[in-house]
Amino acid sequence: MEALLPYERWLHFLAGITWIGLLYYFNLIQGQALAAAAADKEGPGGAAITKYVAPRALAYFRWAALVTWLSGAAYLGKNFTGAFTLGIGQHSSYLTNIGFGAWLGTIMLFNVWVLIWPNQKKILGFVQATDEEKAKGKRIAFLASRTNTMLSIPLLMFMGGASHGLPFFAG
Amino acid sequence: MNPLDSVTGTIISGFVLAVVLAYIAAQVAGA
Repeated sequence: MEALLPYERWLHFLAGITWIGLLYYFNLIQGQALAAAAADKEGPGGAAITKYVAPRALAYFRWAALVTWLSGAAYLGKNFTGAFTLGIGQHSSYLTNIGFGAWLGTIMLFNVWVLIWPNQKKILGFVQATDEEKAKGKRIAFLASRTNTMLSIPLLMFMGGASHGLPFFAG
Repeated sequence: MNPLDSVTGTIISGFVLAVVLAYIAAQVAGA
């Protein structure tokens, strides 16, 4: 299994960049683009983004999230339990730091599959929903997406710093 | 007002959370 580690790490980075890159696209670009399109009464509107771009972006987004988590879990291997118990009692800053990253990533995966995707299916019309359900779902999906953007900042600090040292309080 | 309603608030919240969690992690690792 040790021989697989470089491949699992590689896959984890590729899928993670795909996931978080699309998360930043949604939060920094698409949301603002749709708001600008709605405000521009003379323009073409945002329907094409919603119809042709968003479903494709969401497909790569949610599957990349799952592959990121699975490849991360495989990469942790025998350290899986130690990481998720934050290395407590093991005096391992690696396990503590990668564990904080793993928990943040797990919360983010939950947000993608439980809060964002089911509500996006209602918003985009893939499943039947009333206008009230759509409005409520839009707010939940928005806040979950923004929460993940916020969590990605400490997540990347922990993931990148576990093997190389953290900023701020690392001795 | 929810800081997550703006991109700037989201990013600032992320950095504040990073500092807080880094402090907690340092305490956990050193315990």
